[in-house]
Amino acid sequence: MRKRLLLFIALGWVLLFIGDRVDELRVYQGASIAVYTIAIGSIILLTGYSGQISLGHGALMAFGGYVAALCVANASLPLWFAFVMAALLTGIFGGVLGFAAARLSGPYLAGTTLALAVGLPSLANQFSILGGEQGIYLDPGLPPARLGEDFSQYKWFFWITTLAALITMFWLSNILRSKYGRTWRALRGNEVAAQLCGVHTGRQKVLAFALSSGLAGLAGALLVLTISTVSPSAFPLSLSFALVTGAVVSGIYDLKGVMLGAVILVIIPEIADSVASRFGDSLKIISTLPGLLVSALLILAVLFTPNGPGEKLHHLRHKRKAHSG
Amino acid sequence: MYKFISSLLIGLSLGAIYSLMSISLVLVWRSTRVVNFAQAGQAIVSTYIAYEVVNRTGSFWLAFIVAILAGALLGAIVDRYFMRPLFKRVTTGPIVAIAPVVATLGLLGILRAIVGFIWGVELKPIAAPVSLDGYSLGSEVLPFAPYNALVILIVAIVLIVLSLLFQKTNLGLSLRASAFSPEIARLSGVRVNEIRTLGWAIAGAAGAIAGILATPTSYLSPNSLDILLVFGFAAAVIGGLESMVGAVVGGLVLGLGVTFVSNYVSTSLIFPTAFVFLIVILLVRPSGIVAGKRSRRA
Amino acid sequence: MSLVVSNLSVDHGAIRAVSGVSFTVESGKIAAIIGSNGAGKTTLLRTLSGLKSATHGSAQWNDHDLFSVKPEFNVRHGIAHVGEGKSVIAELSVEENLHLGAIWRKNKKEMKSTQLDVIELFPILGERIKQRADTLSGGERQMLAIGRALMSRPQLLLLDEPSLGLAPLVIEQIFQTIKSLRDQMSLTVVLVEQNALGALEIADTGIALNLGKVVVAGSAQSLLNDPAVRAAYLGY
Ligand SMILES: Nc1ncnc2c1ncn2[C@@H]1O[C@H](COP(=O)(O)OP(=O)(O)OP(=O)(O)O)[C@@H](O)[C@H]1O
Ligand SMILES: [Mg+2]
Repeated sequence: MRKRLLLFIALGWVLLFIGDRVDELRVYQGASIAVYTIAIGSIILLTGYSGQISLGHGALMAFGGYVAALCVANASLPLWFAFVMAALLTGIFGGVLGFAAARLSGPYLAGTTLALAVGLPSLANQFSILGGEQGIYLDPGLPPARLGEDFSQYKWFFWITTLAALITMFWLSNILRSKYGRTWRALRGNEVAAQLCGVHTGRQKVLAFALSSGLAGLAGALLVLTISTVSPSAFPLSLSFALVTGAVVSGIYDLKGVMLGAVILVIIPEIADSVASRFGDSLKIISTLPGLLVSALLILAVLFTPNGPGEKLHHLRHKRKAHSG
Repeated sequence: MYKFISSLLIGLSLGAIYSLMSISLVLVWRSTRVVNFAQAGQAIVSTYIAYEVVNRTGSFWLAFIVAILAGALLGAIVDRYFMRPLFKRVTTGPIVAIAPVVATLGLLGILRAIVGFIWGVELKPIAAPVSLDGYSLGSEVLPFAPYNALVILIVAIVLIVLSLLFQKTNLGLSLRASAFSPEIARLSGVRVNEIRTLGWAIAGAAGAIAGILATPTSYLSPNSLDILLVFGFAAAVIGGLESMVGAVVGGLVLGLGVTFVSNYVSTSLIFPTAFVFLIVILLVRPSGIVAGKRSRRA
Repeated sequence: MSLVVSNLSVDHGAIRAVSGVSFTVESGKIAAIIGSNGAGKTTLLRTLSGLKSATHGSAQWNDHDLFSVKPEFNVRHGIAHVGEGKSVIAELSVEENLHLGAIWRKNKKEMKSTQLDVIELFPILGERIKQRADTLSGGERQMLAIGRALMSRPQLLLLDEPSLGLAPLVIEQIFQTIKSLRDQMSLTVVLVEQNALGALEIADTGIALNLGKVVVAGSAQSLLNDPAVRAAYLGY
């Protein structure tokens, strides 16, 4: 635990150091990576450690985003408090959903959360407090003055999101090693056996879903911070799909790969843009290529590294050992 | 009174479309234990093909037939060349439980992207074969239009054909036997793999009909059928996910519920209504309103 | 005309469930395969019908190599398998279960006449013909399972513990039916049983399996008289 804490602090320093030496675009992408890291982490917590899958984490992010924006815009609460509220309220919302979800498995939860992802963002258009299609502006405020004149807004976002991501990952890696983590893994392995061992499977599933939702809410709030507005269009169905892809590519039950998934999610639109620009910025290509890449990646990952790159590497290493030995 | 009758009829025609989508999900679920989220993608492909046929020939009915065939073919291809290799490859590790969901999701994304590439992302209309203007009774114009009546008629015919197929023919018996117990079906000489692919084809055809029937009253875009998928899924869950009768009942209940809420309460509540329906059913009657025997923890 | 199994081995992953088993069953005879839990009896039958693949060895029914095709085609070569534990489809009616057995024949008339034969054999099925199979009693279900297999007009019947969980009277009835199938239709039967006494009494030959290996084989009478078999499987 001590060692891991030091590791995370060291990682934080390295990231800050890098953040100081690259251009604004990269800094901004760094912030996005941090946001996706949290979001993917929340799916890994849910799927990899309790065997449930959610296709609606984009909608939970939207929930958190709206909570944060409402806190700041309507109640003028400080930013950090808005984030805490986002995580808390989304967690509670997820807990309620999870209460229905706990009674079911695989396809039921998948379908229900898919319904959430398709429907929740469009709800925003129907309640005036949510600002319709334009959404709500979230004033991120200026970076504290003592960080210096030329400390940019993006760098400020980068700091906040990275700090949040580090704390989240540290917390996640601890909880997954704790008694809870072991219980969830047992659940995933064999629900009936876990039940026989006296695990209250329903309660554990609700807990896992609520915690996962809370993290998704936090990620949503951070995402809104980096784009300064929350609107339905920021949380399309494709976001939920992308998160699942990120989690599968990372290795759905291994927290170590989580940054890889996040980096890929940030790179994909960039690849799509550069391809599209070669084809004369055709609207068709710009609007469909990211989806195609994400989906193709998802399918390839399921087919070729179904249990994550970690397992694949492990196998390769074993093979090599077998050959040389 | 007019409002009531008209809500009833509109609800039926909406519910009829949900029923078809729901049937296609149930058929695949029963035979393969997969909720085929790609069904919306398959239906969008067949509906775009129908759009192309309408554009070139002007015939809705030709397009309708072509869409059914395309939907069936696509369903068969997805099972034979996508699901089967997937099940062969992915056999170990924690991913097994979620691989089918994840794979059909990926396929949905790919199919949407493909139609986006070919036809663009702008909204496209398909003209209805009969009028979309409501019937008038005296001075009153009902929202219920000839097209809604046509939808009810077509779905009724499809349902009759399907129930005859499933209840009265050897093929139907093979389909049911393979779904309920592949091993006993196989020992009885049923070519289970082929039958399963055929089941996917029938499901694809049902989804294709739902897609083309849903489009004239709205428009076509690469994700215009996502909502239909969600409603079809909700209907299937209401019906218990195992039973085709349940799927139809679930579709109609949902269609009527949604229409009455939107006519009597608020149009903005369509989606929340469906979602609440889904959650309530899951909480109070997890095996659906048409009681199924199997547990849903399977 | 015979079933010839030679040097058959079958694995479940790392577990060898059947190991080097050889035996022959002459046409029109009943062979009883006895053995305790986990002896490999079910695995042996499942391999013969093609549900499970053999690791090595072969099995011939007349000129037909049982391992050359999938189970759905072995039926077409006259081989019917009734799985362990009342293998009927609960969601289908009795009639549909019976039809299923003859479905590959596609000949409606023949199917009808076979159905009459089966109902003559098990009259109770005629009375329950429209009921769902899950409303039947255990004994009725086992009869339906055998009836379903007979609907394919098999020459070789593979039966996996038909007596499982049934009352002594019903067991007796089922064993008598199996015997009459041999005597009247000269059906060849491989009868897997834990109820060794009942099985050996109607069988022509007997094979005792233990941990996947044949421990004793011979005429049913010789097994009944073998003191080791009596101690191990008959309990007296
Ligand atoms: N699907 C399977 N996977 C792994 N091992 C299996 C499987 N089926 C059977 N076995 C193992 O193979 C061995 C033989 O099992 P089998 O079912 O053939 O025995 P049996 O003689 O039919 O027993 P019973 O009388 O209890 O039905 C046992 O050790 C069993 O644990
Ligand atoms: Mg057995």
